[in-house]
Amino acid sequence: MKIANWSNYPIVDSQISSYTDSGKLPFSEAFITRGNGRCYGDSSLNNQIASMLSYNKALEFDIQNGVFTCQAGMTLDRVLEIIVPNGWFLPVTPGTKFISVGGAVASNVHGKNHHYDGCFNDHVVSLDLLTASGEIVTCSSEENVELFETTSGGMGLTGMILQVTFRLKKIESSFIDQRSIKAKNLDELVDLFRENENATYSVSWIDCLQTGKSKGRGLILLGEHARIDQLNTKQGKNPLKLHQASKVTFPLNAPPNSTNKITVKAFNTAYYGKQLSKEQHSIIHYDPFFYPLDAILKWNRIYGKKGFLQYQFVIPFGQSNEGMQRVLDKIREYGHASPLVVLKLFGKQDDFISFPMEGFTLALDFPIRRGLFEFLDALDKMILDLGGRHYLTKDARMAKETFFKGYPNAEEFVRRIKKYNPNYLFSSLQSERLGLTQKTQE
Amino acid sequence: MKSALILGASSDIANACSELLARQGYHLTLAARREGALRTLKSDLEIRFKVSVSTQVFDALDFDSHRSFYQGLSNSPDVVICAFGILGNQEQAEKDWEQCKEILDANFTGAVSILNIVANDMASKGSGTIIGISSVAGERGRMSNYVYGSAKAGFTTYLSGLRNRLHKKGVNVLTVKPGFVQTKMTENLPLPKPLTAQPEQVAKAILKAAKKGKSEIYILGIWRWIMLIIRNIPEFIFKKLSL
Ligand SMILES: Cc1cc2nc3c(=O)[nH]c(=O)nc-3n(C[C@H](O)[C@H](O)[C@H](O)COP(=O)(O)OP(=O)(O)OC[C@H]3O[C@@H](n4cnc5c(N)ncnc54)[C@H](O)[C@@H]3O)c2cc1C
Repeated sequence: MKIANWSNYPIVDSQISSYTDSGKLPFSEAFITRGNGRCYGDSSLNNQIASMLSYNKALEFDIQNGVFTCQAGMTLDRVLEIIVPNGWFLPVTPGTKFISVGGAVASNVHGKNHHYDGCFNDHVVSLDLLTASGEIVTCSSEENVELFETTSGGMGLTGMILQVTFRLKKIESSFIDQRSIKAKNLDELVDLFRENENATYSVSWIDCLQTGKSKGRGLILLGEHARIDQLNTKQGKNPLKLHQASKVTFPLNAPPNSTNKITVKAFNTAYYGKQLSKEQHSIIHYDPFFYPLDAILKWNRIYGKKGFLQYQFVIPFGQSNEGMQRVLDKIREYGHASPLVVLKLFGKQDDFISFPMEGFTLALDFPIRRGLFEFLDALDKMILDLGGRHYLTKDARMAKETFFKGYPNAEEFVRRIKKYNPNYLFSSLQSERLGLTQKTQE
Repeated sequence: MKSALILGASSDIANACSELLARQGYHLTLAARREGALRTLKSDLEIRFKVSVSTQVFDALDFDSHRSFYQGLSNSPDVVICAFGILGNQEQAEKDWEQCKEILDANFTGAVSILNIVANDMASKGSGTIIGISSVAGERGRMSNYVYGSAKAGFTTYLSGLRNRLHKKGVNVLTVKPGFVQTKMTENLPLPKPLTAQPEQVAKAILKAAKKGKSEIYILGIWRWIMLIIRNIPEFIFKKLSL
């Protein structure tokens, strides 16, 4: 069956087997575990795939202490459906609720609160892993520590994550106290991040097509979980309101070039121009705050049939302002950027192999067109020179060297994969491309 | 509180029915072969719907155990969904009697054995609903799955007879012929979208039909027409087709 992940690139022909509750490995030769395919590229693709989506049951919920256990295929929207009405929230959430808990662990995802709460796995109590030998091993920061560390952000290369226990965050309401502040340019934006380091959630959107003084103009969004007394009467009637199912689906076959320079520019101006005052304050539901893109199902179709690439990197502080400026200049020069450029601050994180490190991270989309891959190769070099690195879960094309230069523990990662996954039973197109595993058979 | 017994509770269709029934406030008893699977289904429903769920190990092939199984239930159910069954492997079934017999027993004999007991109980109470998940495969034998198909044909006929008998007793019998359904069993099959239903859709249609006291449903209306055509192809042509 033909299958692709969120960016529609690459598309592969694959044999898919649903993991049920057999406790057995679904294939005896190279395969990769797949959650909901919300990684953008080829991290969960290969010719053989074990799908976790049917393995999605809730196993335990300690409502008093906010500890939740579920099978790894449960998606975050379903977790929210269970925990929010009981006054709990996800400790960390990415920009979409349509990912599986296993995917959250395997990519060790971050959210708008990274500077404050770290990554998803900082809240994981323990997990069960089906390993290459067919054994189920429980691991945590206290038990089988090395295996836990390597599985965290390990992109499915140590085994199949079967179930996860994690801690939740207590909330009074499911609404967010949001402030949005306009920034004239990149310097101002960065200052705003620094000034608001105490905000639980922060993220910004920047317009990378502007030149001159408004280069890097944008909006920063700050958020706190709203208290009951901050809600208006209508919100107060249902303070732990859940998200609604999305009703809008992006139509098939977007017009070609629907993301060309002009539309991007129009989009950015509309977004920035919509907010008239310098600062706005509002109490909004968690759904538009955390998951604005989830409102339109299949929005990835905006890029048409050829698909797109998402590009996310982090640059350490110190270099950030100037380095980011140069990167943005380069992107502007190239001219075919996305309407979505997200900039955010990472706090300290020195995990074994996870993506975040203290600094600024930037994420944007590029529709696939001739010359893009060469352009990104050049961009990779700039980012590596600034001491930065790239997020594996967004990647579909980076060169092996880029990974090895960006991640200081890359060599040790390879050694540990060899230890826990000696025959490369768990292997993705990405891990083969990056030399983390080797193709063993055709 | 109304109660429902789900036989073969771990199938995707059965599970979708359990969710809907839990939402509607039914007390559920889940029955399936494997205890581990039952434990998981129970915890999931209890956590998600804040209901209490009973479980009972049930082996469709162990006919002798069926009476004590049913008598052991904490209450006599108002609704029974008979959702167990296996697809089996047609080619192996042609060569191996054990395989063949298992397909027949899991889809037909086992169902008859347990539903006889359920039917007598409901007849004496003078109320209840029996829902049997049969298959469009039972409408005409095709070379690719006629062992399974003939077992389902038997099941469909059994259900229609049961309906005839129990109608006068205030018990409704609903036969469900789902057609293609997107489940973990069919994930790797390139099923044609317009002909394929989601388990949630199937569950909704089943419970709606049961509420209305219907006798027989296809989930997607188009299957009624497809099967009408398939049933009406003359045998001298049909036998030459590779279906
Ligand atoms: C709109 C959008 C916004 C996003 N925003 C963010 C963000 O803010 N922060 C962030 O960190 N990420 C973000 N992401 C990326 C996304 O969170 C990750 O790619 C996540 O890992 C996807 O999970 P999935 O369940 O879809 O898994 P997949 O995409 O199917 O797989 C991702 C990786 O996890 C592995 N995996 C999945 N399940 C298991 C398992 N059970 N056992 C072992 N390995 C497994 C796969 O092998 C693969 O390597 C975003 C993605 C989208 C589409």
